[in-house]
Amino acid sequence: MRKISGFLLLAAAAANGQDAEKLAALEKAVQDAQAAADNAWLMTSTALVLMMTGPGLALFYGGLVRKKNVLGTMMHSFILMAVATVLWGVVGYSLAFGGEGRFIGDLSYAFMNAVGMERQGAIPHLTFMAFQLMFAIITPALISGAFAERIRFSAMLLFTVLWSLVVYYPLAHMVWGTGGLLNAFSDGAIPCYDFAGGTVVHISSGVSALVCAIYLGKRHGYPSETMKPHNLVLSVVGACLLWVGWFGFNAGSALASSGQAASAFVATQFGAAAATLGWMLAEWLRNGKPSVLGAITGAVAGLVAITPASGFVRPMPALVIGFAAGLICYYMVAVVKQRLGYDDSLDAFGVHGVGGTVGAILTGVFATRLVADPEGSRAFGLVDGNAMQVAYQFVGSLIAWVLAAVGTFVILKVCDLLVGVRVEAEHEILGLDLSMHGEEGYNLES
Amino acid sequence: MKKIEAVIQPFKLEEVKAALIGIGVDGMTVLEVRGHGRQKGHKEVYRGQEYVVDLLPKVKLELVVPDARADEVIRTLIRSARTGKIGDGKIFVSEIAEAIRIRNEDRGEAAL
Repeated sequence: MRKISGFLLLAAAAANGQDAEKLAALEKAVQDAQAAADNAWLMTSTALVLMMTGPGLALFYGGLVRKKNVLGTMMHSFILMAVATVLWGVVGYSLAFGGEGRFIGDLSYAFMNAVGMERQGAIPHLTFMAFQLMFAIITPALISGAFAERIRFSAMLLFTVLWSLVVYYPLAHMVWGTGGLLNAFSDGAIPCYDFAGGTVVHISSGVSALVCAIYLGKRHGYPSETMKPHNLVLSVVGACLLWVGWFGFNAGSALASSGQAASAFVATQFGAAAATLGWMLAEWLRNGKPSVLGAITGAVAGLVAITPASGFVRPMPALVIGFAAGLICYYMVAVVKQRLGYDDSLDAFGVHGVGGTVGAILTGVFATRLVADPEGSRAFGLVDGNAMQVAYQFVGSLIAWVLAAVGTFVILKVCDLLVGVRVEAEHEILGLDLSMHGEEGYNLES
Repeated sequence: MKKIEAVIQPFKLEEVKAALIGIGVDGMTVLEVRGHGRQKGHKEVYRGQEYVVDLLPKVKLELVVPDARADEVIRTLIRSARTGKIGDGKIFVSEIAEAIRIRNEDRGEAAL
């Protein structure tokens, strides 16, 4: 943009003989055009990220459960599109992005106070708020993979509200908020790079999922009874929608329609592709068959791992990050989980917790100024000669792990006391669709 | 009268049905069932979680025929349902004490 306006300046000066007013008008027109492009891309991205929760995640998770729980599972995603939105509008956005605290925001933006059409960076403040809202929706929805098929609906609602307040808003502020403890771009004491939410979204939801899975205990009959996914076709469609939506998630996180957005776009695609192949290869070698469920799960693991790195790494490291995530997440889900015996029903931890951590650490390795800030002089990751960054990424991840684990445990205790987290055994056997919602997903005979 | 029960591969149903109609059998009951014999099942793996699926989908035909026709029907069943591979199924034959047509109370072989 600087180059274009410079050119216009010269052209205008030559043609109009130093007509200052006209020049100013031209400058403004160029700026407005750029701003319009930025806003258009960010509003598109916002819609794409919402599409990841519903239908993306709802289908992905819905297909993986048994058919008696398909509606209840999809509802866990869908209802968050409403609950997280209201909470975000009232206090959430303010607690995440208001003020300059180290650990949490303030109430300056509560009830959308002072959040309007004026630009915040390149885009209208409202656009920024809405874009970030979509992350606050999908993050608790991801956790639902761990407590699927056995949580009481009222407990799920209470849990996600408290979890947003205690875990998500503080963590989002620490990593992305002004003055946040982990914000590398705001003089954070532990400067971490998390471009689009590897730590804020995926470590937080994945680790919380693990705590949920352990706290709630195994599903009735696990692992002796067959709990095959009831409709992998839904899961394939869901995974594809997640993949497409992820362009909004990552490339949108450039917060402008910029070269960095394009770089994040490409890294996202490359990471997902390499992880798909990594998972498939590992499974093929170990089981003798490359499963479709494995391929789509690998894709999601790669998208998770590339998330923190997407705006900071070049395309080839994106392949490396994706491939590593595919292999490591496969090992966690197919080998370690079986050995430890916890019932993370839909592998929210194995994919998001593990993939997010792999991504966070490798971001410290591969982040480079060539992508992140080509005109600046800051050394980003190990490849820029900043070995310390790997340690910062590790500590940042650890803080997210601890906050998520402790926060989730306390919240589960509170929910258990107030409403009871787990459904009664007979309701679980009947299925959540009938026992919680009074309906069934498939009424093909009617 | 004999009752002939044949458990066959589902994909063989149309062929078997056509062969039976071809020899003049005009009544049968078809059930979708699950089961296994020596074929056993197969293994499915979902994210490392193994499930042995030992009950496979099968089709079961039930026919009641006059004693004189039993052998012919059985030979026809064998001919049309056989692939020669494990899992082709089995035929069971039993005596039937009585048959009654509900519409007009015909009894015995007349009711078939």
